This record gives sequence, structure tokens and C-alpha cells, in this order.
Amino acid sequence: MSGAPASGAAVPLLAVEGLKKHFPILGGLLRRPVAWVQAVDGIDFAVAPGETLGVVGESGCGKSTTARLLMHLVAPDAGTVRFGGRAINAPGGIGLSELRRQMQMVFQDSYASLNPRLTVADTIASAPAGHGMKRADAQRLAHDLLARVGLEPALFLRRYPHELSGGQRQRVNIARALALSPRLLILDEAVSALDKSVEAQVLNLLLDLKDDLGLTYIFISHDLNVVQFISDRVMVMYLGRVVEIGPVEAIYAEPAHPYTRALLDSMPAMDPDRRTTEPPLSGDPPNPINPPSGCRFRTRCTFAEAVCTAREPALDTVAGAKFAGHHAACHMARAGSGHSKAPAPGAGGDSANPVTAGARP
Amino acid sequence: MTDAPGANGAEPLLAVEGLHVAFHGPDGAVEVLNGVDFALARGEVLCLLGESGSGKSVTLRTILRLHNPKRTRVSGAVRFAGQDVLGLGERAMSQLRGGDIALIFQEPATAFDPVYSVGRQIVETIRRHKSVSEAAAWARAVELFQRVQIPSPERRLRAYPHELSGGMRQRAMIALALSCNPSLLLADEPTTALDATVQIQILLLLRRLQQEYGLSVIFVSHDIGVATEIADRIAVMYAGRIVEMGPVREVIRAPLHPYTQGLLGSTVRKGMRARRLNAIPGAPPNLAALPPGCSFAPRCPHAEPRCTAAVPEPIAPAPGQLVRCIRAPLA
Ligand SMILES: Nc1ncnc2c1ncn2[C@@H]1O[C@H](COP(=O)(O)OP(=O)(O)OP(=O)(O)O)[C@@H](O)[C@H]1O
Ligand SMILES: Nc1ncnc2c1ncn2[C@@H]1O[C@H](COP(=O)(O)OP(=O)(O)OP(=O)(O)O)[C@@H](O)[C@H]1O
Ligand code: SF4
Ligand SMILES: [Mg+2]
Ligand SMILES: [Mg+2]
Repeated sequence: MSGAPASGAAVPLLAVEGLKKHFPILGGLLRRPVAWVQAVDGIDFAVAPGETLGVVGESGCGKSTTARLLMHLVAPDAGTVRFGGRAINAPGGIGLSELRRQMQMVFQDSYASLNPRLTVADTIASAPAGHGMKRADAQRLAHDLLARVGLEPALFLRRYPHELSGGQRQRVNIARALALSPRLLILDEAVSALDKSVEAQVLNLLLDLKDDLGLTYIFISHDLNVVQFISDRVMVMYLGRVVEIGPVEAIYAEPAHPYTRALLDSMPAMDPDRRTTEPPLSGDPPNPINPPSGCRFRTRCTFAEAVCTAREPALDTVAGAKFAGHHAACHMARAGSGHSKAPAPGAGGDSANPVTAGARP
Repeated sequence: MTDAPGANGAEPLLAVEGLHVAFHGPDGAVEVLNGVDFALARGEVLCLLGESGSGKSVTLRTILRLHNPKRTRVSGAVRFAGQDVLGLGERAMSQLRGGDIALIFQEPATAFDPVYSVGRQIVETIRRHKSVSEAAAWARAVELFQRVQIPSPERRLRAYPHELSGGMRQRAMIALALSCNPSLLLADEPTTALDATVQIQILLLLRRLQQEYGLSVIFVSHDIGVATEIADRIAVMYAGRIVEMGPVREVIRAPLHPYTQGLLGSTVRKGMRARRLNAIPGAPPNLAALPPGCSFAPRCPHAEPRCTAAVPEPIAPAPGQLVRCIRAPLA
């Protein structure tokens, strides 16, 4: 079972299997599909109740598409998503309106996601009102939620989005997402547009909300420090696939996939005496229209061998993993894969990790 | 790489003194730079670090006089290689832009015209500033593309901007900027929109080119990590002023201004795990209604009545260091 939560909880809050979305590129006079963008190409993962799953990967690797598939804002081509053990939009399963009550999303662009003609109070109250809550109750809820996200209700309830700073708008977005008491919050680059001093405030808020309300987060970000800060487990995506997933300690201390290692090494040093001297990777990420055969990372991978072109590595338990629930899709992580750096079949758990060997001190 | 300007008595390449900039808007003039002073030595990299709206881009654009003069009020002085930039005629100014002073920025798409190949645009830029033949300019463009490590330079020069990947376009823009041998490169967040693995490639490339050409660079960023990778000195901006300036090590390791301290304290770093951050309360001030005295006072944990009485004068706690805070230690 690849990608199962490490906690071993009986039923994951969210379980995703074989999720896939290819977008057509239309061309010619008849506007027929001439190619397909493999935005999300068959991914499996699960999220345990109360945990935070961080999602990282470069631009275009499919993070937002995954989020939109989970919310059913776009329909998947294939795959199943189960919420609390119930399939979504299937007979006997969980319906879309129920799903969107339990699962809410906060986006990066705090301005575009707010209606400029609604006051803060009406913004927060509109979803509960739409679900049949009495107007007075919905307004009281808006008042309480605003206080909850750290905005003085008396000062902010009557304001419009253009009268708010970026950090204040993002707090309103979070309050709105909480209005239906969801169990799972998907945060798609939710702090990325904020200044550092304000980002810290919103991260503190997210930690508090999680403690107080027992929320589960899927936290999508390109900032690896912030993902390490907030996540229990981390999922690394590359060109529409999951290349590595595991406990945050495993991903940051013992990355098993060369791409994860390169991403981590690409972070600026934060120490003027230990500046980066060599770029960990060369070139740009390839195009998700025609991804490379075999391992999708092989065109940028310094460890690539013939087997990497010939066969696609499956996302499976890392050979000799020090952490439970650590999975990677690399031939080097699989005993007997045919890669020269893979452990021999039946080798013990103490084989050296080729990806971290020679790591920066 | 270099000592702070003045330390060795050499004339700085660029000196910005008492720079004030105000924009006229529907509600009157808004002061966005409120007295910016710094000097840049030859071959030095200065990073302007600060949050959104602190005046980093306006500082760069004012050095090149890119703002609409009808809507902008500028006072103070900008001296570049002995010239009084704010007093130059329009012709001399356009020779300076893209000649001795080059600018690169976040979105390379706006540096290139989408309807011409990138090679054609570089050749034209070279020939606008220098009387050389088409063939010589093309040869120079090929050499520049090699310098910025673009594989198959001849083929890439014939490409249109949209045919290049993000990282490649950024390299092409750097080549365009270097085409007339500038002595000063103004870089406005050139890596902010790039992916992590591409950003570090471009930073390392800029660092190498800076050393090879002995360029002076003003690098604008809001990312402390990026500043740490590239800067000799850091100038921290807040609400249109430089509140702290010093060698990168001092600013990163022993920041003196409470804002710099707060910024470093609230930045999530490698290895930090879910515990509450020491966030700076509140938000940056509205420039149209700046608080009196130190602009940071409303958010500062150490504020006292003296802070709001007058704007703190810059203090030099050590040679090459500067801080605008009443609590700063004297040298
Ligand atoms: N509606 C759509 N039609 C066509 N292509 C799409 C659509 N939505 C996304 N894509 C493409 O799918 C791929 C994955 O996009 P996605 O937005 O999921 O990436 P991401 O990982 O969120 O990237 P970023 O870090 O830039 O937000 C990209 O190549 C994108 O251009
Ligand atoms: N042409 C203009 N007309 C009016 N106001 C302007 C103009 N350009 C910038 N400003 C204002 O001047 C202030 C400083 O802007 P500037 O672009 O220098 O910020 P910055 O530090 O570069 O921020 P960012 O990190 O967001 O790029 C802002 O309040 C901005 O709105
Ligand atoms: S499977 Fe091969 S190409 Fe892919 S990451 Fe592993 S070593 Fe590199
Ligand atoms: Mg996205
Ligand atoms: Mg700017």
C-alpha cells in the first residue's frame, strides 16, 4: 500500500488512488486535441485525521490540479477519492455538497478569491446561510470566526476587501473556509503572497486553529522551509507524479529520491559563509505534455542509468528506510531493480542511501 | 569582495543622497521614498531587502529616471561615475539606460518584444549604443549567450521569446543587459518568479558574471536567503527609508534595527518545526499616512516616546554600518 499514512490510523480521512487528469491542448481548425498535458498522472496518497500533509514540487508539477481534483472543481479522468471511507460522488458515497462542507480550500490570491461587493461579515456568512443557517446565526458566526482569526470584529465586519491588507484578506479567507466547520482544509500557496512578517502571523494562526479545532491540512507550497515547519508528512511531486512521500523527518534528513535531494539543496543557504557553489540541477523542468519515458526525472538526474529509461520506477517502500511509511519512486530505492546503486536483493536495512551520500555537511 | 565604499577612500561608482520621491495621485502626493542614502563601490553587490511597498523598485527606477516626470516629484541627488544623473539631458540619459547602467527584472517577457527574435533585439541594442556591423553584433550576441550558459546559442538567438523556457528567458535577458558592457547592473527580483532549482542556477550565474566583469550590482529582493547568497552588503528598507545597512554577515547574524531583528525572527528557516513564530505584530504602514518619527514604532516592541518625536538620525555603530534607531549603540 504505497502512500499510506504513517500513523496507521484505521481509516484515513482522505484516501486517493490512481487519480488522473490530462488536459487537452486544442489545435487546428476543428479545435481538436493535438496533445495532452499530463497534469496529474495516476497518484496515490492518504491523509490521516489530524495530520498535515505538505505538498511540494516545481511549477506545473500538478499540485493545484490535485487540489482541484480533491475538491471536485475539475472532474478526474480516472481514480477514486474517498473521504472518511466513503467514495465521492458515487452511489452510496458522499455527495458534492456534503464534501464541500467537510473539505474547504484557501488559495494564494487572497484578493481574487473575495467578492469585492461583499462586506467581510457577508463574505463569511454566505456559505452557512446558503446551507440554511438563519441570518442572525450566520452573522453571529461571522463575528466569532473573525475574532478567531485575530481580526477585531467591531473594526472589520463592515469592511470591504479593498479596505484590507494582504494578511487581513488571507485571514478573512481562512475564516470563510472555516464557516462550515470543515474537517479538512486545503491550503494552496495560502501564505506565499504574504510578506514574511505577515506570513509568520498566518502560520501561527494555522497552528492554533489546528490545535483548537482538530483540523487536517493539505499544505501546498513551494517554500520548503515553511513545509518542513508545518507538515507531519510531505509529498514531493514531479511532472504529474508522486516521486516521494513520507514523514517530514525522512524527507528532509534522508531523501531517497534524487529530485527531493536537489530541491532541498537548491534552497538558498541563509549563511554567507556556506553559500551554494554548484547548482544541484541544470536546466528547467521538462514539459508535462511529453514527459520522458521511464523515470520522468531521468533527463535531469545525475544517477540515471539504462534501467531508468527502460522502466518506470513504482512508488514503493524505500529499501532500508529508517522511517516507517517512507516511499519513493526511484530504481535506486528498490532492491534488485537493476540500478547499480540499488541495494542487492535481501540486503539488510543498513545499506547507505546513495542520494544523501556526499551530502553537504 | 570589496570593502564598504569610502573605507579605502575610493570614489564610489554610484552615490544616492537624500533621495525623496513622491507620486501625485487623486488624493494628493504620496511620499514613497523619504530620504534614501547609500553609496556603491565598483565591483560591489548591494542587496536592497524589504517587504512589499517599502520602495525597493522605486529606488531602482529613480536611478534610471523611469518614472513619468509629470506625475513624480524627485529631490536629492544621484551621482553615477561623476555625472549628476538627475540633471542629465534626455539624450545622455537614454545612452546611460541599457548602456552603462543595465536593468533586469522579474518578468523577462516584458524585456523582449514578442514579435521579434531575441537575437534580433540583442543585435539592435548593441548597434544602438555602438557603431558596429550587423555581423559583429551577431557574433557578440552569440558570445553573450555562451557567457550566460545557453546551450545551442545560434539556434536560441533565432527563437522568439515565447519559445524559450522561463529560466532560458531570464538568461537571455541577462545577456541583453550585458550586451553594452554596463558597469552597473540593477536587478529587480530577477529570480523571484523562478522555480527553486532554476533560481539557484540564475543566482550562481549572476554571481559569476558579476565577478568576471567586475560589475557593481544593486540586487532587489524580499528573500533573506537570496540576499545572503548574493550580497556583499545589505540595505534593509522599511516605508521608504533604509533603516539598516551593513556587511551581509553583520546584518544576518547581528541585526541592529528592531525591524531587521523581527524580520529575521519571523522567517521560517531550515529545520524549524511547528512551534509558534515570533511574528512582528501589525502590518507595514500606509505610505499616505506615515506615523510620526520612526515608521516602525507602531509595531516595535521597544518603542518609547522618543521614537515618535522625530525620525531617528542614521547612526554608524561601526565603519560601514548604519542604523536608524534611537537604541542603536554608538561606535
Ligand atoms: N485547465 C487547464 N487546461 C490546460 N492545462 C492546464 C489546466 N490547468 C492546469 N494545466 C496544466 O497542468 C499542469 C499542472 O498545473 P498545476 O496548476 O496543477 O501545477 P502546480 O503544481 O500547481 O504549479 P504552480 O506551482 O505553478 O502553482 C501545468 O502544465 C498546467 O499548465
Ligand atoms: N508609478 C507609481 N505611481 C504611484 N505610486 C507608485 C508608483 N510606483 C510605485 N508606487 C508606490 O510606491 C510604493 C513603493 O513601491 P515599490 O514598487 O518601490 O515597492 P517594492 O519595495 O518594490 O515592493 P514589491 O516587493 O512589492 O515589489 C508603493 O506603495 C507603491 O504602491
Ligand atoms: S529512477 Fe533513475 S533516473 Fe529516476 S531518479 Fe532514480 S536514478 Fe534517477
Ligand atoms: Mg499551483
Ligand atoms: Mg518591487
